[in-house]
Amino acid sequence: MNQYETVFILTPVLSDEQMKEAVEKFKGVLTKAGAEIINEENWGLKKLAYPIDKKTTGFYELIEFNAAPETIKTLEIAYRRDEKVLRYLTIKMEKYAAEYAAKRRSNKQNKQEA
Amino acid sequence: MAQQSEIRYLTAPAIDVEKKKYCRFKKSGIKYIDYKDPEFLKKFLNEQGKILPRRITGTSLKYQRRVAQAVKRARHLALLPFVTDLMK
Repeated sequence: MNQYETVFILTPVLSDEQMKEAVEKFKGVLTKAGAEIINEENWGLKKLAYPIDKKTTGFYELIEFNAAPETIKTLEIAYRRDEKVLRYLTIKMEKYAAEYAAKRRSNKQNKQEA
Repeated sequence: MAQQSEIRYLTAPAIDVEKKKYCRFKKSGIKYIDYKDPEFLKKFLNEQGKILPRRITGTSLKYQRRVAQAVKRARHLALLPFVTDLMK
């Protein structure tokens, strides 16, 4: 069970609940494949640094999870099949990346409380 | 008009003295370079958005590779442009 982190961009054309449903779909793909989701952030609509297939903004979503290596293949197939996803990136997190993510999550929490 | 050599400065002009470059990651103990915050990565790009070489930033080889990998991932996710003008 390694720790992974995936970021994907959805087209801005979707309405709000379509975006939520797309995000839920990918989380479902993960949980069905036996992954355990640690953290999930959405950065909302952001301006892209360069247009991706004629769109200049995108809906960013980050998911951190623990999973077996096989689930990554199913996740990426799901990404490729779904045309709402403009771009995706999945990273295997090594020791320092995991520490960094944990620190980032903790100061995000106390920022919310403050 | 006083010739150039006539002018004497109170303190010697520090033009050719070489400021000791250091690797900011080793000094500040940063272990992981996150590809998700473009603001930090912009310090390592020039105006066109190209990655600055080590001889200018002075970073060590190990961290320069990590910076380059983080920048390329950020570019893939459209957090950083591949090429631009006057980015700063």
